[in-house]
Amino acid sequence: MPAARQLELVINGERRSVEVEPRTLLVHALRDGLGLTGTHVGCDTSQCGACTVLLDGRAVKSCTMLAVQAEGAEVTTIEGFARNDELHPIQRAFVEHHGLQCGFCTPGMILTASDLLTRAPDPDDATIRRALRGNFCRCTGYQSIVDSVRAAATALREGEAA
Amino acid sequence: MEHVRPSTLDEALEGLAAPDAKALAGGQSLLPVMKLRIVRPSVLVDIGRLELGGVHMSENELRLGALTTWDELESAQELERPALAALAECASGIGDLQVRNRGTLGGSLAHADPASDMPAVVLALGAQIVLRAATGERTVSAEEFFLGPFTTALGPAELITEVVFPLVEGSGSAYVKVEHPASGFALAGAAAVVRPDGGQSVALTGMGGQAFLLASDANPVDALPDAEIYGDRFAPVEYRRHLAGVVARRALDRARERMEGTDE
Repeated sequence: MPAARQLELVINGERRSVEVEPRTLLVHALRDGLGLTGTHVGCDTSQCGACTVLLDGRAVKSCTMLAVQAEGAEVTTIEGFARNDELHPIQRAFVEHHGLQCGFCTPGMILTASDLLTRAPDPDDATIRRALRGNFCRCTGYQSIVDSVRAAATALREGEAA
Repeated sequence: MEHVRPSTLDEALEGLAAPDAKALAGGQSLLPVMKLRIVRPSVLVDIGRLELGGVHMSENELRLGALTTWDELESAQELERPALAALAECASGIGDLQVRNRGTLGGSLAHADPASDMPAVVLALGAQIVLRAATGERTVSAEEFFLGPFTTALGPAELITEVVFPLVEGSGSAYVKVEHPASGFALAGAAAVVRPDGGQSVALTGMGGQAFLLASDANPVDALPDAEIYGDRFAPVEYRRHLAGVVARRALDRARERMEGTDE
């Protein structure tokens, strides 16, 4: 078995070092190696989106990516969203619009929404639903999640205008 | 299993010559089959950072680098023209946002899932696939490339570097599928090209062991009753043959509308 090695990653703006084997999935390096347990393992088959993180700003499923593939890239997890105890506008929108019940899918939803809103600051509902296709919620149905993303879009646009 | 990240194409090709070496690009097809222990590489040659991407348009052909992602294809302005619209249309319906951010053209063609979408498009558009090994380069047509389920003409030490599409000025193209509602894979998918000289091509995917062209001089849909089609618990043979006719006709109609500029 190839020896484990130290991998340097940039996570949430910080340089971190974590021990991985070549086969270690990014999600396991995040959770087990670095204690960043906000990234969830749902299906482990690239379907449910609970493990979504940002890689250089783009949403990816960290269960379908090796940790070594992330070397040299900027990884953002849900832990990187709030600033100084202040929720990110997308997080706030999910709280205010009941975009979660149990919360298991929420980190993935928020990170995918972040990718969407970077590209499409004012998406219609069909665009939001299409973007969230790879994120499953088993509690709420999706209406309040779509409402949350729409509200987040408005908040982010107003934040930029201010 | 080892992981290596070559910094040049030549180094990558050297790495691929090792027994049971596998090229890793976006990993959206390879990692799932590795998790199922269907594939057990000794070495993963990580080509993800090589300069093998990009949409390159010239006067009479389009060259797509093997590492071009679905997301890049979906949003490439070069693919808005009717002759190539099937490529962007097909890419936009693959997987989900996260998968399209990572999944690559070359990786998907090499994987050759019999229900994947893009093989139908490269067949209908008459693409050539460029394969490179340490010993040299060769080009095979899309028709020669797909040999069966998860089986292609790609040799164990070869890498897809580019896919080349001839540009037929004034033609129109489209991709239409009926997808499995959970997986998104094609129960029946059809790529169609309609040319100004009246010629038309249709390729189907999700129908059998591999994507294939419908052979016909006149209307490709007429060749459907003779096509070899398989059935499964999601779609028995006769239902799938019916779906194939539906998506083929819709794709031809849409390709023609694009050619004539009467779409949307």
